Amino acid sequence: MSEEKKTIKISPIKKGTVIDHIREGQSLKVMKILGLTETVVKDVVSIAMNVESSVGKKDIVKVENREIGSDELDKISLISPETTINIIRDYTVVQKKRVQLPERIKGIVKCKNRNCISNQREPIEPEFKVMSGEPVNIKCIYCEREMKEEEISENIV
Amino acid sequence: MKLKSEFSKEHVVSIKDFSVDEIEHVLDVARTMEPVAKGRKTSDILRGKILANLFFEPSTRTMLSFEAAMKRLGGDTIGFASADVSSSKKGETLADTITVCSSYADIVVLRHPQEGAARLASKFSSKPVLNAGDGAGQHPTQTLLDLYTIRKEKGEISGNKIGIAGDLKYGRTVHSLTHALSMYDTEMTFIAPQPLQMPKEILGRLSRDGIKYDQQQNIDEAVEDLDVLYVTRIQRERFPNEEEYLKVADSYNVNMKTLEDVDDGLIIMHPLPRVDEISAEVDDTDHSRYFEQAANGIPVRMALLSLLLEVEL
Ligand SMILES: [Zn+2]
Repeated sequence: MSEEKKTIKISPIKKGTVIDHIREGQSLKVMKILGLTETVVKDVVSIAMNVESSVGKKDIVKVENREIGSDELDKISLISPETTINIIRDYTVVQKKRVQLPERIKGIVKCKNRNCISNQREPIEPEFKVMSGEPVNIKCIYCEREMKEEEISENIV
Repeated sequence: MKLKSEFSKEHVVSIKDFSVDEIEHVLDVARTMEPVAKGRKTSDILRGKILANLFFEPSTRTMLSFEAAMKRLGGDTIGFASADVSSSKKGETLADTITVCSSYADIVVLRHPQEGAARLASKFSSKPVLNAGDGAGQHPTQTLLDLYTIRKEKGEISGNKIGIAGDLKYGRTVHSLTHALSMYDTEMTFIAPQPLQMPKEILGRLSRDGIKYDQQQNIDEAVEDLDVLYVTRIQRERFPNEEEYLKVADSYNVNMKTLEDVDDGLIIMHPLPRVDEISAEVDDTDHSRYFEQAANGIPVRMALLSLLLEVEL
């Protein structure tokens, strides 16, 4: 597929954040992680799913008028480590980087172990230590169970 | 003897938090506790200290052993033995129970049916927390007393061939023990029917760490050149029907015939309670160590209490 066709699907934005190279089908989960599915969000958000690219299909999410912080965006690496972030100002990419897996994850994923204390009514947020990045593997700091990519994706809060 | 220098733990939650040096230090201190643990000497190094036994599920023997350990050192205990009498029945969070009860005592011993409960408790407690078992999770004092028993009987932990038999798939005791032994230079043999063998993740970790192990299905065949045989219970509820269970349970019985060709120095351990895994006739042989193992829980727990409470010995 030509470059030209791609640009038709993904029209440029004036300013904001373009989240590119999201794994096919994961864009809704990405929105959830970033809190973009909350009703209070007023930003213009557009999603493109199953877009052809040189390395297969991908999803893209664009958030207009808002530059989302790195810490926030790095959480995406849990379900889509190849994702890249483009910060746009005046139709130009002023910053481009790949998401990075943080060392600790708090509050985005719930533990897959239903008998884990973090899944009970307790005043804590689920918390994980990142054990490895490729493939992604995280470990609950409470019950010490490890979770792989598919499991993480199924347990996004 | 200075205690704090080699032991900087505030809480004892999981054996995975321990380095080999820390384990060895606990075992050294435990050895010095033996005369007091056996009642040959008296001690009051923990006089005036209170231990809170918070048992949200019953485990009478574990509770008694903590009580005995505390009292041997001159301390006192308070607590409850099941969730029925705690406020959790009224809907109180564990976090709140811990916040309140840790203000009544100097050290908190927690037994809880949910995994990770002790880690949570350590975040809310104003006093040291000692995990006495959390669901299918961790039970570090069991692992430490297992290691203590091996070291006491064999001189050291490294250099031994250790067979671990029973429900290796679900058994938390064997998972923690395997983890601890993998920090030493030991050879492990995992003895279980195929469906109850050690989980792939654990085997993968052992391979990555360069630990030698092999897998066997039958105790009688595996036992021949072992130094230690650690037997655990195979639970009936893991099998689809009684017939399947009996088939396996039958081949998982240690009896006089099992011991025909074993090494003279073989010791047999079991975390107890046992059911049919070890015949009573084995109790009187030179190989059995499971009752000593249970008794070793006292000096090990005494050591942990003294270390966590930072007293001078
Ligand atoms: Zn957990």
